[in-house]
Amino acid sequence: MNIVVCVKQVPDTWAEKKLSATDKTVDRESVDGVMNELDEYAVEEALRIKEASGGEVTVLTMGPDKSVETIRKALSMGADKAVHLVDAGLHGSDALATSYALAKALGTIEHDLVILGVESTDARMSVVPAMLAERLGAAQLTFARKVEVGDGTVKIERLTDTGYDVVEAPTPAVISVVEKINEPRYPSFKGIMAAKKKPLTTLTLADAGIEADKVGLGGSATTVADVAARPPKQAGQIVKDEGDGGTKLAEFLASQKFV
Amino acid sequence: MAEVLVLVEHVDGAPKKVTLELLTLARSLGEPSAVFIGNGADNAKAKLAEYGAAKVYVAGDGDLDSYLVAPKAEVLAQIVGAVSPVAVLIPSTPEGKEVAGRLAVKLDSGVITDAVGVDDGFVARQSIFGGAFNVSSSVNRGTPIITVRPNSTAPEPAPAAGAEEQVSVTLSDAAKKAKVLDRITEKKGGRPELTEAAIVVSGGRGLGEGSNFALIEKLADSLGAAVGASRAATDAGWYPHTNQVGQTGKTVSPQLYMAIGISGAIQHRAGMQTSKTIVAVNKDPEAPIFELVDFGVVGDLFNVVPQLTEEIEKRHSS
Repeated sequence: MNIVVCVKQVPDTWAEKKLSATDKTVDRESVDGVMNELDEYAVEEALRIKEASGGEVTVLTMGPDKSVETIRKALSMGADKAVHLVDAGLHGSDALATSYALAKALGTIEHDLVILGVESTDARMSVVPAMLAERLGAAQLTFARKVEVGDGTVKIERLTDTGYDVVEAPTPAVISVVEKINEPRYPSFKGIMAAKKKPLTTLTLADAGIEADKVGLGGSATTVADVAARPPKQAGQIVKDEGDGGTKLAEFLASQKFV
Repeated sequence: MAEVLVLVEHVDGAPKKVTLELLTLARSLGEPSAVFIGNGADNAKAKLAEYGAAKVYVAGDGDLDSYLVAPKAEVLAQIVGAVSPVAVLIPSTPEGKEVAGRLAVKLDSGVITDAVGVDDGFVARQSIFGGAFNVSSSVNRGTPIITVRPNSTAPEPAPAAGAEEQVSVTLSDAAKKAKVLDRITEKKGGRPELTEAAIVVSGGRGLGEGSNFALIEKLADSLGAAVGASRAATDAGWYPHTNQVGQTGKTVSPQLYMAIGISGAIQHRAGMQTSKTIVAVNKDPEAPIFELVDFGVVGDLFNVVPQLTEEIEKRHSS
């Protein structure tokens, strides 16, 4: 199985996230970037499938120059090679534009499976895996908490609100994975050294055959009209439990008609 | 009047509350038409009409229930092509968002997810970065496709015709690739679903061990609430991952959110900050959760929670 893992660099969860004052996009320059946490599970799952059944793992990322840090991390975990789709024209792409660009880039890499984290921790839309399946005409196996690769087929357990669905499809397939599907490995020192020598291909819009007017802020089908910092919440009432904390909370709930 | 499509989310035909909320919301934007996909439409039609559906499109071919997401997007795309609605509203659930994404690709239309409101001109309101910013956005190309979070609108009946229109669907091979072999229910008891519930009671690290979640469940049951858990609690294996609230788990937006023994790290806040009323019990007065609360109790949850549950039960029985 040849696998492409799509990873994204996002602002560190603990950093104060901001939007650019000029074009209302996520400010990626002023904060530390990290690999989207859920993508670590995707990389780990790809490596486990490769270790069990052979093939090659390619990392694909779309993002500005500094995203190469996230590529290096995936390579140091054990991925074989990487493709970095980087072009100023991609800046501000929404989900529709991003899925188009990624699908084009995926067209340049031979693969049986595409694996992604179920969402990015910055945009949190959780739609790109489904959109990629639609664009590629591949089977959609998303929200996987378990992945079993067979001969030309893949079976997953799809996490639902009430439990899980068992879903099976032939390859090629697009898989998204949830947290806790596995325990992502830490890069070893040897892995970090080896990563520096692994092949990294850079693609521009033209290289990937991406039409410039379908990506970036101009090619996106959604427009952010207005952004406002949330007004600080009015301080609530805090009481110290002096043996009647539960009763007081019940009284509050009753006053709000919850009881 | 301009037609607004609402995708019905249902369990064996019974519409979920979020569907009634979306019909209510759609009435402020145009004339709602419900789109029912799957089996059991006869159980749904009266309710959909009661909440304002002028039309109910029914796609109930036998094997639709064997597949996920892709066929629903195909059915919606077919209806959009035939009736040219002014917008499509879809519940912002994991499957709903995926249907919206695939539909957006098919129609080359913009998609906005996780709206907490939709105003005139289909301007969607969202709360991002764990509630730090309020954003308004709109679709500039194609038919606006907007997914709306449960509990964003109070459902109100407004009876309409609910005229049934059968939609015959021929699924493409591409839509039938991923086949559902089995559906497993792990949920315990008869509690409401986490993302739909009007009240959510969540437990965290302060519970100390998994068996103490019994306290949370008892409190939740006294209120008819769903049970949530912080990441610390699910990481420790105290409660199933399905119930995790936070950045890498579920996002909830109930009328009332109760955080018990949860410090309120940004990880957690990202999943619950748009809740209408927030209360917390924590022994640490410095816990960041207290910055969010409408009412907080600083104290030992092992004393406060049983007293609270007892008081609620007493009030209910009196």
